[in-house]
Amino acid sequence: MSETVVSLEREKRFIGSPLKTKEALRHVRGMGKFVDDIKLPGMLHAAIARSQLAHAKIKRIDFSKARALPGVVDILTPEDVVRMSDPLPQMTVPPASNVRDYPVAVGKVRYVGEPIAVVAAETRAIAEDAVELIEVEYEPLPAVVDAEKALTDPPALVHEEVGSNIMAHVQYSYGNIDKAMKEADRIIKVRLHFHRFSSTPLEPNAVLASYDRSENMLTVWCNNQEPSFMLPQFNSALRLPYNRMRFITQDIGGGFGCKITNYVYVILISLASMKVGRPVKWVETRTEHMLASSHGAERIFNVEVPVKNDGTVLGLKILSIDDDGAFARHEPAGLTVWAQVVPGAYRIKHVYSDMYAVFTNKCPAGPNRGFARAPHSFMIERVMDIVARELNLDPAYVRMKNYITREEMPYTTPNGCVYDDGDYPKSLSIVLDALNYTELRKKQRELWKEGRYIGIGIATTLDSGAPNFGQVKMLNPRLPLVGNAEACMLQLTPDGRFVVRLGTVPQGQSHETVTSQIIAEIFDVPVELVDVATGFDTMTHPYTMHSGTYGSRYAAMGVGAAYGAAQKLRAKVLRIASHILNEDQSFLALSNGSVVSTRDSSKSISLKRLSRIAYGMPSMLPRDTEPGLIVVNFYYNGLVEPDERKIANLALTYSYQTHGVVGELDPETGKFKITKYVIVDDAGRIINPLVVDGQVHGAAAHGIAAALFEEFRYDENGQLLSSTFVDYLSPHSVDLPDLEVHHLEIPSPFSPLGAKGVGEGGGTAHVAVINAINDALSPFGVMLEKSIATPEEIFRLVAKKSGLPL
Amino acid sequence: MGIKIILNINSKRYSVDIEPWETLNHVIREKIGLTGTKKGCETGGCGSCTVVVDGKAVYSCMMLAFQASGKDILTVEGRDNDVLLAAIRKGFMEMGGLQCGYCTPGFIMSAYALLSMNPKPSREEIKEAFVGNLCRCTGYVKIFESVERASQIISGDKRE
Repeated sequence: MSETVVSLEREKRFIGSPLKTKEALRHVRGMGKFVDDIKLPGMLHAAIARSQLAHAKIKRIDFSKARALPGVVDILTPEDVVRMSDPLPQMTVPPASNVRDYPVAVGKVRYVGEPIAVVAAETRAIAEDAVELIEVEYEPLPAVVDAEKALTDPPALVHEEVGSNIMAHVQYSYGNIDKAMKEADRIIKVRLHFHRFSSTPLEPNAVLASYDRSENMLTVWCNNQEPSFMLPQFNSALRLPYNRMRFITQDIGGGFGCKITNYVYVILISLASMKVGRPVKWVETRTEHMLASSHGAERIFNVEVPVKNDGTVLGLKILSIDDDGAFARHEPAGLTVWAQVVPGAYRIKHVYSDMYAVFTNKCPAGPNRGFARAPHSFMIERVMDIVARELNLDPAYVRMKNYITREEMPYTTPNGCVYDDGDYPKSLSIVLDALNYTELRKKQRELWKEGRYIGIGIATTLDSGAPNFGQVKMLNPRLPLVGNAEACMLQLTPDGRFVVRLGTVPQGQSHETVTSQIIAEIFDVPVELVDVATGFDTMTHPYTMHSGTYGSRYAAMGVGAAYGAAQKLRAKVLRIASHILNEDQSFLALSNGSVVSTRDSSKSISLKRLSRIAYGMPSMLPRDTEPGLIVVNFYYNGLVEPDERKIANLALTYSYQTHGVVGELDPETGKFKITKYVIVDDAGRIINPLVVDGQVHGAAAHGIAAALFEEFRYDENGQLLSSTFVDYLSPHSVDLPDLEVHHLEIPSPFSPLGAKGVGEGGGTAHVAVINAINDALSPFGVMLEKSIATPEEIFRLVAKKSGLPL
Repeated sequence: MGIKIILNINSKRYSVDIEPWETLNHVIREKIGLTGTKKGCETGGCGSCTVVVDGKAVYSCMMLAFQASGKDILTVEGRDNDVLLAAIRKGFMEMGGLQCGYCTPGFIMSAYALLSMNPKPSREEIKEAFVGNLCRCTGYVKIFESVERASQIISGDKRE
């Protein structure tokens, strides 16, 4: 690894402090700036005409009535899009990559909500009215809505040019699964269905594109989470070189991965602006978001688990199918990203995985909090419980039996991932103590006699952070991405203040605050002297092709870039101070906004005076030192591409979390009420506990929501049945339990400050709750296959078993 | 068919030309230019657009602008020297009651309506007051703590 943990020479003032966030200061006054808050002169408003059907040929589109509506300026049609742009680059391999993917439907619609055309009008209301006047004549085709049938018995092909509905097919073999199957006392079969949901950020997708014909310059305000990663897409689709496109983000109202694939809308609205020659703003409606932004992929697992009778899990033989919807627009990356956490928290040595991704007539899938690792972790944590049930062992015992221990850290997994550090058994012990587990189990059995059904669920998952892009080469060797790198530009201004510009693109993770804490710490200045530019801008911020905020990467990557920049700038400051003060550098220290000699207190210079000299009086600088105090630093996490056996370290940090849930099931209503919730989280060294706790709470809330409430349900015709908050049921304040949070703080030996990425939370809560519900269901001898347990589903399971009328 | 109405927002009078079908949210954001009030669903399902009208928290996306004519409207931008609003802002900042900030204006407005009626709410009362507001970042815990902190501040209590 390129850097090791630093020890700061003095007591820390800012790192580790629950500093109020700089972002909060503006948000509590309503002064945040989001895309929809910007107005440009001459700006038009866009509305998008969308498919009403899941799968159909487009026979005819009549725009005449829409064009005639007063206030309509222009319409971007499918013909315009094909003429003005090139198809979007595909992540997958042939033949699936033969798909000609445009941001609008061309000739055929493939999911409900797929864009067909964009109306640009003087007002949003006029644009929406015009959309209603566009007449589309369809020839309906059978809808592909079942992933397994899409593969084995397809009612239709989503893309004829592919020849099947297979988006990708990969096989990974780690260890020796055949040997594990032979050595096993038993082989336990598990079938699971990880359902379709998303974190539905409150700020919808939004784009304001402004194309200047005279300059051939496109400027876009958007809320994409990684605009620089998307530059090849923009370049190809818009036919503009990188220096003729400028992408700006400001405040982003939540992302959670859902705002990665909105690059398609960035392209679409940019094309509209390029066609009309005026700025065009589009803000997604909530229903558009539910129908046609990004859903987390479904994954169906059929797993064989070789085990010993003592509870040792020897291996996993996985056959899985991902339902990735109508287009491969980031997927099928999910077929490789799970491999960051192949054995979960366990000493599982043999893993064989045969994985398909299929096209269906549903919203294209994309990343969602815990991308690809959450479904895999869900499977492993369900397997642990099912193994315990089959062997008549306690689920906590089975985990303790299989956990990788602290003594084995850093631990190399069968596919070469290096778990940095952690104490999984201890995290579970803390949870068990907090639950008073042994007593609780006794009480649970007593309550069964009274017809009361308590469920206890535990789970440990890993939240791998700062991922290695080389992992996509396991799927598509031609993709030109490896490792992970991030950039930071740091300036000490001539008045002794600091300006920071990052490549990261925060959506609520308080990067302005945390970065200021690091800079303030290293220069020993008040945090108020450090300004971190809000958001991201390809014109003024440094970046890499990995820049952005996703994959729990800031704590290693953003911090690494900022920390390195601070070290570079500090070195220059000390060099200049040494020259001016005529003092040996080894006796100089930064203290309270000045550089001071540790042996002669008369030798001291304030940062303010030093920086005035650096910018204004170059003759006073040492001969080999350039004027100015601006540094740019790139931090690389040191990860390399997988070898031919698909072995490599796929992430830099591996934070983990163990959750414990207790709840009571009402068999008459199917309702499961959580009565106690305990979390143990290890994010390594914590820079700001307020921020880390916020991430831990938020991840838990998303997991609980996915387990109990949220699902994108489609009917057999491919119509989405949950397209508003009223039927999608994101939880409100009264729907979530109180959370008891404990921290382990075991630093990562690999990340620059020992912090581990923490944003995603690994989906622990999701599976912990499902485990608790299945535990409560155990007296009925039934088990959920799906990863969502609505009261209806629970009621049906119980009633079916009890022979009750449904 | 435009109509002219007077809106009293944050103790300032705004004379605006509106269409009868325009929502209060649209007029506040687009015609008056107070963009602190957000919109997250425009169908009364998320609470990002909450403002206080005559002391009650309402969805500004569900109220037509003309219905608010002559009423006393408070938005997150607030009015000068509003002690309660200052306490709520302080509570949210100190306790980390926000992340992305998009739902925050709505929560602050709901908190305002709650605390002006009930300065010392219980945790359960706080939860009930927020049933109309969605937050996707925080899991609500720190929002509850923020309101409790604001309640302490207005009661003149020292920090525990």
